[in-house]
Amino acid sequence: MNDYNIFDIIGPIMIGPSSSHTAGACRIGYTAQNIIKLPITEVEFVLYGSFAKTYKGHGTDIALLGGFLGLKPDDERLVDAFKIAENRGLKYSFLTSEDDTDHPNTVKIIAHTNRLEKWEIIGVSIGGGKMIIRSINGIDVQYTGDYNTLVTHHKDSSGMLARIATVLSESRINIAFMKLYREEKGLKAIGIIETDENIEQQVINELLRLDGMLYVNVIGKIYE
Amino acid sequence: MKFSNSIDVIAYCKEQGVPLHQASMDYEIQKTGRSYGYIKDYLRNVLGVMSNAVHLGITDEDNLIKGKIIGNDSVLLKKRYESEKTVCGKTIAIAVSYALSTMEVNASMGKVVASPTAGSCGVLPAVLITMKERFDLDEDKLIEGLLAANMVGSVVARNATISGAEGGCQAEVGTASAMASAAVVHMMGGTPEQAFNAAAMCFKNLLGLVCDPIAGLVESPCAKRNGMGAANALMCAEMALSGIVSIIPFDEVVEAMYRVGKAMPPSLRETSMGGLATTKTGIQIKTDLFK
Repeated sequence: MNDYNIFDIIGPIMIGPSSSHTAGACRIGYTAQNIIKLPITEVEFVLYGSFAKTYKGHGTDIALLGGFLGLKPDDERLVDAFKIAENRGLKYSFLTSEDDTDHPNTVKIIAHTNRLEKWEIIGVSIGGGKMIIRSINGIDVQYTGDYNTLVTHHKDSSGMLARIATVLSESRINIAFMKLYREEKGLKAIGIIETDENIEQQVINELLRLDGMLYVNVIGKIYE
Repeated sequence: MKFSNSIDVIAYCKEQGVPLHQASMDYEIQKTGRSYGYIKDYLRNVLGVMSNAVHLGITDEDNLIKGKIIGNDSVLLKKRYESEKTVCGKTIAIAVSYALSTMEVNASMGKVVASPTAGSCGVLPAVLITMKERFDLDEDKLIEGLLAANMVGSVVARNATISGAEGGCQAEVGTASAMASAAVVHMMGGTPEQAFNAAAMCFKNLLGLVCDPIAGLVESPCAKRNGMGAANALMCAEMALSGIVSIIPFDEVVEAMYRVGKAMPPSLRETSMGGLATTKTGIQIKTDLFK
């Protein structure tokens, strides 16, 4: 990794003790709830590899849940994550798995929303507090949180991406990266569109009006 | 502007006639697209967090701020240097106590600045706050120190690694120590060459240091190694400021550090499968913690 800047070298400012097991874990939780955005009633964290073995000693459980409650890695309320979850009526649990994963710091987050939808998000903490979301509801993705990001759930139909791009270009939003993932041809697809600019509510509303658009969500970038 | 190594950085300082901290600031503005003001505000915030962590641990008389293994060592050391003649002089003793303090705060899930990592978060604050108190340095001077430190860390991250899992403790505490040493030289009016000489000497002294955390926790031997990293930083800065040069230039030392790191078996790179982690006591601590 050569793309370190001052916010990585003299940072991040974070709640200890470990950048990969605490700060990175917090960012996975934070990003996951941001991807889902709907009120969540129950969440289960399945920990793999090194996460599974040492999560208690590093407060990985606290960090994951705290992030999932919307707290960032430098938020001192993180240590109260269990209490905050209980106050908000969020049911949570932690499981460990012996299954092999390709990265030692992997977590699967299974969340149930108030609309009885089930979400499954897999994230890995890659070191130095950085993370990658690897999978959203069984669809493989590579989401890093380095940019403002638009997540669209839409019907897999021809021209959809062009219509999304048109809405964005008319709002003078520059696309940095754009990727499309689909469950199966003709069924549901997820678009992950990373942009340089902030995305206003009005743009989201316009995207939601597109034929075949099911769900639109904006995730602010998670780094300095 | 592209800083591939220390030679590029020193050349830029000479050609542009700017001090090391200015080169670092120019580089970050270019890389991140952030403004001078934004970066300066961020570093002001960093100093606040660092100073807070140092203070929290060292004043924790009731030993509430601790990890699963460590705690209270910074207070013990403070009591000694405040009441007795120290063996190694007050400056070193204070710096070590501040490093221990920050690591205790880190272990207790307190707020720290990972500089460059959480496992080495004690070194830079220890050295900066010690210098601040000793020489009555103002905030702007300390921010200049942080920027000089960043330049060193940035070159290491680019050409080697700052992760214990990749390069052992020499890459974490080693980098932190080199960064802190460059900051001291810079704040004391040394040249960019002297700053990189100090950083080179820091690495040379720590070359081969393994990462073998007991029970996988960022506590022992990490905290005391942070203390050592702070003492090493001050010592090497002293040498560099006197005009002593590193026989092996900084960029070659970094290359050597990376090679040594890669040659280390995985058991000595943060996996807790070797070194102190697998001593009789190390294993016992782990068994007691996770039973």
